[in-house]
Amino acid sequence: MSSTTGQLTDIEGLSATTLLRFATAGSVDDGKSTLVGRLLHDSKSVLTDQLEAVERVSASRGQDAPDLALLTDGLRAEREQGITIDVAYRYFATARRRFILADTPGHVQYTRNMVTGASTAELTVILVDARNGVVEQTRRHAAIAALLRVPHVVLAVNKMDLVEYEESVFAGIAAEFTTYAKELGVPEITAIPISALAGDNVVEPSAHMDWYAGPTVLEHLETVPVSHDLATCHARFPVQVVIRPQTAEHPDYRGYAGQIAAGTFRVGEEVKVLPSGRSSKIAGIDLLGEKVDVAWTPQSVTLLLEDDIDISRGDLIVPAHDAPATSQDIEATVCHVADQPLTVGQRVLLKHTTRTVKAIVKEIPSRLTLDDLSQHAEPGQLVANDIGRVKVRTAEPLALDAYADSRRTGSFLLIDPADGTTLAAGMSGEAFAQGEEPAPSTPDEEGWDF
Amino acid sequence: MTTVASVAGETDSPYALSHLDALESEAVHIFREVAGEFERPVILFSGGKDSIVMLHLALKAFRPAAIPFSLLHVDTGHNFPEVIEYRDRVVAEHGLRLHVASVQDYIDRGVLKERPDGTRNPLQTVPLTEKIASEKFDAVFGGGRRDEEKARAKERVFSLRDEFSQWDPRRQRPELWNLYNGRHAPGEHVRVFPLSNWTELDVWQYIAREGIALPEIYFAHEREVFQRSGMWLTAGEWGGPKENEPVVTRLVRYRTVGDMSCTGAVDSDAVTLEQVITEIAASRLTERGATRADDKLSEAAMEDRKREGYF
Repeated sequence: MSSTTGQLTDIEGLSATTLLRFATAGSVDDGKSTLVGRLLHDSKSVLTDQLEAVERVSASRGQDAPDLALLTDGLRAEREQGITIDVAYRYFATARRRFILADTPGHVQYTRNMVTGASTAELTVILVDARNGVVEQTRRHAAIAALLRVPHVVLAVNKMDLVEYEESVFAGIAAEFTTYAKELGVPEITAIPISALAGDNVVEPSAHMDWYAGPTVLEHLETVPVSHDLATCHARFPVQVVIRPQTAEHPDYRGYAGQIAAGTFRVGEEVKVLPSGRSSKIAGIDLLGEKVDVAWTPQSVTLLLEDDIDISRGDLIVPAHDAPATSQDIEATVCHVADQPLTVGQRVLLKHTTRTVKAIVKEIPSRLTLDDLSQHAEPGQLVANDIGRVKVRTAEPLALDAYADSRRTGSFLLIDPADGTTLAAGMSGEAFAQGEEPAPSTPDEEGWDF
Repeated sequence: MTTVASVAGETDSPYALSHLDALESEAVHIFREVAGEFERPVILFSGGKDSIVMLHLALKAFRPAAIPFSLLHVDTGHNFPEVIEYRDRVVAEHGLRLHVASVQDYIDRGVLKERPDGTRNPLQTVPLTEKIASEKFDAVFGGGRRDEEKARAKERVFSLRDEFSQWDPRRQRPELWNLYNGRHAPGEHVRVFPLSNWTELDVWQYIAREGIALPEIYFAHEREVFQRSGMWLTAGEWGGPKENEPVVTRLVRYRTVGDMSCTGAVDSDAVTLEQVITEIAASRLTERGATRADDKLSEAAMEDRKREGYF
């Protein structure tokens, strides 16, 4: 076959498009399933046999309308209990974009799932019920989006049909949420008044809200910029594997394969290798078999250097003029994701980019309640779904960026060396973008209620 | 750069990637992570389009070096001859090492029993898991995609299996950013799904873009078939057709490739990749719903098979 992208663009609706990863947070009560169902259904991503299966099961349970949550609740335990217990990934496309949706349950005991979904998202849709406005759960979702540095947040004020499509109701909720989210450092907030059930402003513009001139949810998803201004990013390249064919055809080829974690790299650029600190210059960039002069995140490439220096998996290649400091002492915010607790003094493995090192949890200075951002000093341990500050000492120096500057190179996992369990997801540096007044420390009562 | 020129959309920066470039980059990253962290990885290779795309991505990931993995084919004994030819051709062309786990072998030895319905897909689990154990494979690449089926929608990219190859959805590790945790105890292994985030349409678009050759059965051709459970099945030694199942010649193609006894063809006149892509884009049925008898067994058929160690 000799097809090319150029020929494919001739097929209507199948031209090359960009990819947007986004997350939704909310509960069934907020109409999240209805919103997700409508996005999938109206983009023709729910196919006949899937819909028939949903209708059959819904009818057998005595429900009048098809329960679209059944599309995503894939595990037997979920269907039996009528709850979503895990992140469900959904895929749909329009003529302009391909979407990967991480659909996460909104309840506090699923914080780890929301954090997981937000970790790769470039946009989060937070749902509120127009009748209830901003509630505890809304603040928690905003805090998670801020903590995970999701670049774009959409506030979908749902059930506008139940408040007579009243502009003042929407404006009040949007203003309250925007103020709160801005304080947390959320860089961009778009508030949209919708009715997922009636279809207002989800895919089609509403006929009931002339006062709203902004985009529908889908229009916004299709047009929001998917990459940042890479020129201002710190370029980072974690080495995954060294490629050495040692064949007659390529006797001396030695390339460093990896995925560009941030920024851009160019042929001729002076680079430094961490942690050794040795310097060289980029002699060539192989983009999966094609020679290129420049490459950028998140491309997977192979870098060739001018000098034959010792580089192996776990090393970080960075611009010579923009190298991060290396350190064995890490301060970070973590979300605890395991059922077993994380305790002071615990020996763990820390996985950062392609490097895994031994580490010890030196301190857990505080635990954070996301609903009101109150801090609880010296909790001693973190349990599942807790967010807390930790101080970790590593056996070897690591080149960690602040998570605020680089999501890929500022994040890490803590792993139990005994059984390999992923214990916690860490974000280096300050928890929130703007240094607000720290909330007064309150005594730790019973912990979270779950 | 072609990657820039191919991206439409006035709001995207010059550094935007097309969705196929983004998915390709992610899959290559996954292959390289496994190469960096595991001792004996293997690619499950059925000769179906998803495993062909996996192999293509693996070859690109390590170019100009050879891929550091071997291939494993679970042979049900009910194969499409075109697919076996394709498999052998690819293995020879790239100088790969092929392992075969044979279902027929297990039936001949009396270890497995033929099912009354003649379907052999569920019988693949034991030969697969025993081969993984005997060869001490610690990472096993599968072509499963989350859009295929709702139990798969909850699958991780790195999916931990115990020493019996069993999948426990509650033991799965949360996966954050692109940090994959592949740690496992001796005897355990990790199933790895580099195409997790691809859809059927992405796979076809990528095949077209990369000019990847496929077995001919994916394109429309005349074939002697008979109808069972609403699907067109190919007549063959495996046990079809029965007396009340008349054989007819139809213009068909396959959307998935599996065991002949449970993989159905669809009516189609799509003979080129462009026509196949147009057909899929317009289809109102999922590929499994249209062509897989084994998934129609129950609401949780796939979850149950996955728990036991299936792909």
